[in-house]
Amino acid sequence: MRRQRTGDRLIHTNAQRAASGRYSAARLILEGLTGHRGWSRAWHKASPRQRYRVVIVGGGGQGLATAYYLATEFGIRDVAVIDKGPIGLGNVGRNTTIIRSNYFRPENVGFYDYSLQLWEGLERRLNFNAMVSQRGTLNLFHTESQRDLFTRRANGMRLLSVDALALERDAVKALVPLVDLDNGRYPVLGGFLQPRGGTVRHDAVAWGYARAASAAGVDIIEECEVTAIRREGNAVRGVQTPRGPIEADVVCLAVAGHSSQLAGMAGFRLPIETHVLQAFVSEPVKPVLDVVLTYGAGHFYVSQSDKGGLVFGGGIDGYNSYGQRGTLPMAEDVAAAGLTLMPALARLRVLRQWGGVMDMSMDGSPIISRTPLSGLIINCGWCYGGFKAIPAGGMATAHLIARGEAHPLAAHLDLERFAAGRTIDERGLGPFPYAH
Amino acid sequence: MSGPSRIGAGLWTRPDEPVEFRFDGQALRGLRGDTLASALLANGVQLVGRSFKYHRPRGIVTAGPEEPCALVDVLGPDGREPNRPATTLPLREGLITESQNRWPSLHFDVGSLGNLVARFLPAGFYYKTFMAPGWAWERLYEPAIRRAAGLGRLGLTATDHPSPAETVHDHADVLIVGAGAAGLAAAHGLGRTGARVMLLEQDAAPGGGTLLDRRWQAWQQGLSAALAGLHNVRCLPRSCVVGAYGHGVYAALETLSPEESIAFGGIRERLRIIRARRLLLTTGAIERLIAFPGNDVPGVMLAGAALAYLRRYGVAAGGHPAFFLNSDEAYQTVFEFAAAGIACAGVIDVRPESRAADHARSLGIRVQCGAMVERVEGARSVRRLRIASLAGGATALEADALLMSGGYSPASALASQLGAKHLWQESIAAFAPLLDPHIGRVAGAARGRCGLKVAALDGAAAAESIAAELGFAAGAVSPAWELPADAEQTPLTPLWEVRGRGKAFVDLQNDVTTADVRLAHREGYEHVEHMKRYTTHGMATDQGRIGGLVGSAVLAQARGLPVSEVGLAKIRPYVQPLPFAALAGPETGQHFKPRRRLPLHDWHEAAGASFVSIGLWLRPLVYARETGWDAVLREARAVRRSVGITDVSSLGKIDVQGPDAARFLDYIYANNFATLPVGRARYGIMLREDGMMLDDGTTSRLGAEHFLITTTTANSSVVLEHMEFQLQAVCPHHDVLLSDVSDQWAQFAIAGPRSREVVASVASGLDLSNAAFPFMAASAALLAGVAGRVFRISFSGELAFELAVPAAHALRLWTALLAAGQAFGIAPYGLDALNTLRIEKGHLTGAELNGNTTADDLGMERMLKSKGDFVGRMLAQRPGLRSPERLQLVGVRPIDRSQRLRNGAQLIVPEAPSRSLGYITSSTPSVELEGWVGLALLAGGRERMGKHLIATSPIHGETTTVAILSPHMIDPENSRVRA
Amino acid sequence: MLRIECPWCGLRDETEFHYRGDASLRRPDSDARLAEFCTQTYLRENRRGWHLEWWLHVGGCRRLLKIVRHTDTHEIHAVGHPQDPLTVPMEAPAP
Repeated sequence: MRRQRTGDRLIHTNAQRAASGRYSAARLILEGLTGHRGWSRAWHKASPRQRYRVVIVGGGGQGLATAYYLATEFGIRDVAVIDKGPIGLGNVGRNTTIIRSNYFRPENVGFYDYSLQLWEGLERRLNFNAMVSQRGTLNLFHTESQRDLFTRRANGMRLLSVDALALERDAVKALVPLVDLDNGRYPVLGGFLQPRGGTVRHDAVAWGYARAASAAGVDIIEECEVTAIRREGNAVRGVQTPRGPIEADVVCLAVAGHSSQLAGMAGFRLPIETHVLQAFVSEPVKPVLDVVLTYGAGHFYVSQSDKGGLVFGGGIDGYNSYGQRGTLPMAEDVAAAGLTLMPALARLRVLRQWGGVMDMSMDGSPIISRTPLSGLIINCGWCYGGFKAIPAGGMATAHLIARGEAHPLAAHLDLERFAAGRTIDERGLGPFPYAH
Repeated sequence: MSGPSRIGAGLWTRPDEPVEFRFDGQALRGLRGDTLASALLANGVQLVGRSFKYHRPRGIVTAGPEEPCALVDVLGPDGREPNRPATTLPLREGLITESQNRWPSLHFDVGSLGNLVARFLPAGFYYKTFMAPGWAWERLYEPAIRRAAGLGRLGLTATDHPSPAETVHDHADVLIVGAGAAGLAAAHGLGRTGARVMLLEQDAAPGGGTLLDRRWQAWQQGLSAALAGLHNVRCLPRSCVVGAYGHGVYAALETLSPEESIAFGGIRERLRIIRARRLLLTTGAIERLIAFPGNDVPGVMLAGAALAYLRRYGVAAGGHPAFFLNSDEAYQTVFEFAAAGIACAGVIDVRPESRAADHARSLGIRVQCGAMVERVEGARSVRRLRIASLAGGATALEADALLMSGGYSPASALASQLGAKHLWQESIAAFAPLLDPHIGRVAGAARGRCGLKVAALDGAAAAESIAAELGFAAGAVSPAWELPADAEQTPLTPLWEVRGRGKAFVDLQNDVTTADVRLAHREGYEHVEHMKRYTTHGMATDQGRIGGLVGSAVLAQARGLPVSEVGLAKIRPYVQPLPFAALAGPETGQHFKPRRRLPLHDWHEAAGASFVSIGLWLRPLVYARETGWDAVLREARAVRRSVGITDVSSLGKIDVQGPDAARFLDYIYANNFATLPVGRARYGIMLREDGMMLDDGTTSRLGAEHFLITTTTANSSVVLEHMEFQLQAVCPHHDVLLSDVSDQWAQFAIAGPRSREVVASVASGLDLSNAAFPFMAASAALLAGVAGRVFRISFSGELAFELAVPAAHALRLWTALLAAGQAFGIAPYGLDALNTLRIEKGHLTGAELNGNTTADDLGMERMLKSKGDFVGRMLAQRPGLRSPERLQLVGVRPIDRSQRLRNGAQLIVPEAPSRSLGYITSSTPSVELEGWVGLALLAGGRERMGKHLIATSPIHGETTTVAILSPHMIDPENSRVRA
Repeated sequence: MLRIECPWCGLRDETEFHYRGDASLRRPDSDARLAEFCTQTYLRENRRGWHLEWWLHVGGCRRLLKIVRHTDTHEIHAVGHPQDPLTVPMEAPAP
């Protein structure tokens, strides 16, 4: 292995690290003719070195995206991403794949729409088909006060030149023939559509970012648990793993669901409780649903994957849990809501159910921030909205690490906001994570 | 070559009861007791579907819910039902079924042309392409992929009478899952101790493996009869435990038989939620496939399944079948076929020798030991096999079916849900679960104990152990019926795949081949979870039951690791797919949430009210059926001019009593309550601990130690919980009792200049003059002869009184008030009119109290206590909550009186059109002023009084210039309410 | 699904209760500084393990329960009145 020092950047030119090659239809055809023996590892499975400039704890969507942007946007390649297991099996692999930017607060609209814009160019940038599919996200409403809230939300988005449309009942029915407008306890009055919202294939996001980051020189280290955060006074020095200590100038935590444990290792607490969110998929059927649909009168949102299964979910189970499995009452609730909205689903079979553990923050909004420990950056508190924010979250975290100051679109996501009284509470529910 | 056919009687089929059914338009006949699969085989039908990706011809592979290929659409009274496994679909008269995933027909499927380019479509190919040109993914590629995806078709419209489902709750001491040898023995053992036992069997009848071995018939029948006689044992067939939720809670899907369904009003399934102290898993083991080229050709079936078809239904899977085995256990099928007189083509056993092979030869069956099938030839059905000897050389064998068995894996899905560790057992070459003893036990083949007698004894032993733990006297567990001995067996030799030319499948539904698994490994997706997600192995409706371990083994071989180290991908609920309707239960549609009706609901309805749902409540919106503002404004105008009456019974009401009641309320409210005199009410500002407004409402002091709190309708349960938490957790030393009396009291508001006269007519013994009963007075009173309460409070901004009586007397008081007010033209008004009135007055609802507003934002800062602690006091002082740029409550009026206001319109200045300064929260045409008026939350609103801003609603294409003014637009001195 | 042994009502399903967060925190005294109030309102240990927490029996006696529950296995170790001095067991190895 040869190394070249270029300023403070370390570039590996290692035969083993040779990128998995370009993905394209032409290559697919070529490989098909020769038995697909020419494909190689999508990402290099690195062994930890003794020192990096940046260590990112957490090989999920946020962590991998941060590493990728550090390397390709900010030129910092002396980066390691460490995960206690294989990458991408946390929340990035468990979510319901929805992307959208239809938020209330202008700061959130700005941030999440930046993410949406990054999604729009991502596949070509990563050369990995993540199947970004902007088929539209539709929120239904059932009361006039809900209509007013959505009107406010949509108008706020339109002020910022983000797409939002109001649909009357007939238009809702035309867009989603499956919906029963009238026969549920709360008839549908209309809906709000964000045409640019949609879905993305979640596994492909983790793999795509990992592959591109690895090709750019980032070390991706799997099956290596961080057991302690090493500090000297009030400054971070690195991390401790079963494979030895790793020194770093900057340590970034991106371990949604377990943020409090890692923060605990660094000696501080977070405004977070961990909760389980369940998700479900039905048996695959021929296309019946084009848009991503959210019910306004119960816990239920649904989309149909490219494989044909209906992917749906509801609310959090409502108490602290690291269990990664769901409880029965919420499953019944979700099914009842779904069936009320779409009676035609009655005989469709629910195939699988799983859960992810999420950082539920005290105001329902995420945290990308410095921490009490100098050199320790945290990316956490995503509640159930982390997946759609992967590109912007990664970019903003990389910006914070590289430039030492918050990305202008993410400045509102700092940890100090709670004590300062600048909470970003979209739904106005207060400091009750179990309610958000 | 004859193919499959019915050759005799079966245990479950009744030869004298034929049943007509259709498959792909073809009229066929089966027998009562058949499944669709057994009936199709009986009719010689082998081709039943097309695979997901390559559209290859597929047949029937199993005899149970683990079926990967034979999925059909059922056309019935509930519309089109997709993805039903033919292997578990009971045959009934007039059943109409269609194969899936093919066009135009099963025999000629255009999709199969994909096989020509199959080499370019390995696992994960879509990640590598479809990226250019940029527009093409969404307009071209994805729609095509989505159209090709999915198996069955869902009918889009629900019928008029969708089949309901039922949720039933059960309690038991022990839940036994699986009524095979181990389960039956355990149920009997436990039943005799008096324990309450529930024995659930997913199949149509109990027996499991004992049904496949004729020697066990007597035992099985005797035991089943004995169980039927034990009243503390309930045996439920057609019931699959689909989920395990901890704390002894399990969910089971019970499918009703057609007769039962009719008897129970058309219910098709029940969701049983079972609470048991202990679980006993006797779920048996599931047979594995072997991955060899052509293992997906119709006619290739699991050996155990073929045995089930023969024993249960009298159907032979082939007239001239071959067998490909690696265990003695699988020979049972061979011997049974021979006993039935079927001419077997031969047995191919990978082991160099075995006892069973010897026995087979003794029966005149041709056995090739130390050999493997390396290819199946035939497209729509099995024609010929290519057999390779381990010693070298190859032969061919003609056959019309190939019955394969790669071993048996414990059915441990439920154990996985409970977090059980799985240990590798060499003897069965599979993982067996280890259950926490506090949860229960595993017995029989489910933990790798092979052989029916071994299983029965294992089940009985587990029963004894559980009984002892639960404190039941263990009866003598000697079985009353003779247990046939298990044959001595030569051990199994693990066999996962045979390499050769052609596609060898590990997942028959998702078309995942051994080459795909190796490709995944090559590309670095070598962790079993990555391999699963990359290839989609095990992600089909059968969840990889018969091929999951095989895929892991192929991966292990590629990685150079033992299978035990590679493991299985995590098995997730549900053990079997369950229909939405079953999981949803009966509370759907109109019954999704309860309806809370006001005591006078019927009166309002008869009076022509349109209702609106506020949470669970139905409240009158306006007393007219037509939409539009006319009726609303008419009602509001009547209030301002004379008098109106409205039903506010849904308000939350909390009774607070005790020596520390005043002290407690002083802590709960941000303004003073300890100083409230008896007989007075006060507007209460309740904050959350983070300083935001939680709720407002009026609180009255009915006695020195007695207060009554009212809350908004929407927030009543939130406020009650908040108070209960604060009282019990933070102020436990306060001697106070809280009672929710929301439903106990009906309450009406009588508002308008003539309201005093109306109230005086019904209130006896109470001086309602302004001197005696000033604004905010509260008192007990006799109302229309009923003991009630009067509060002089006003939401509308007019002189007003609220009257409360016990809910049972609501109609009496209401009627009396209407009579008393007739002279003044009294009429009821609904929520819309109330809203119009309160907006003009500047009173607030949830539109302004949205959880993000402080008391200061809403202009109530002066009302806060300066001394004394209260909930939210400290955090309200955070700098962010005191910033002058915060959104503050203001009133708005369009400059052009002819223009309307829109709720949700954003407020901007022309110089910064994309910067929201705030938004309109409530608006209405005014009855007092010209044009519309509204309330808004505006950044630095109080500093902008008198300024003009733009209210813009791009959604509606509306833009209006508005003036910012005080939110109290009428009677700001409150002269009317104080009259 | 949790089944909680309410001291007043007996063993009931979790659907009858509302979770109300970490019970190991005490509201600061009224004269404490703002920072302490912020800490108590917002910061949590969020332990993965034995957790002392509040549950309100909204579908029953409407009493507040203090519970010791393991946030991973969901095993409930103890249930008591709000003022009971419940202790959290010694940490078992993570499952």
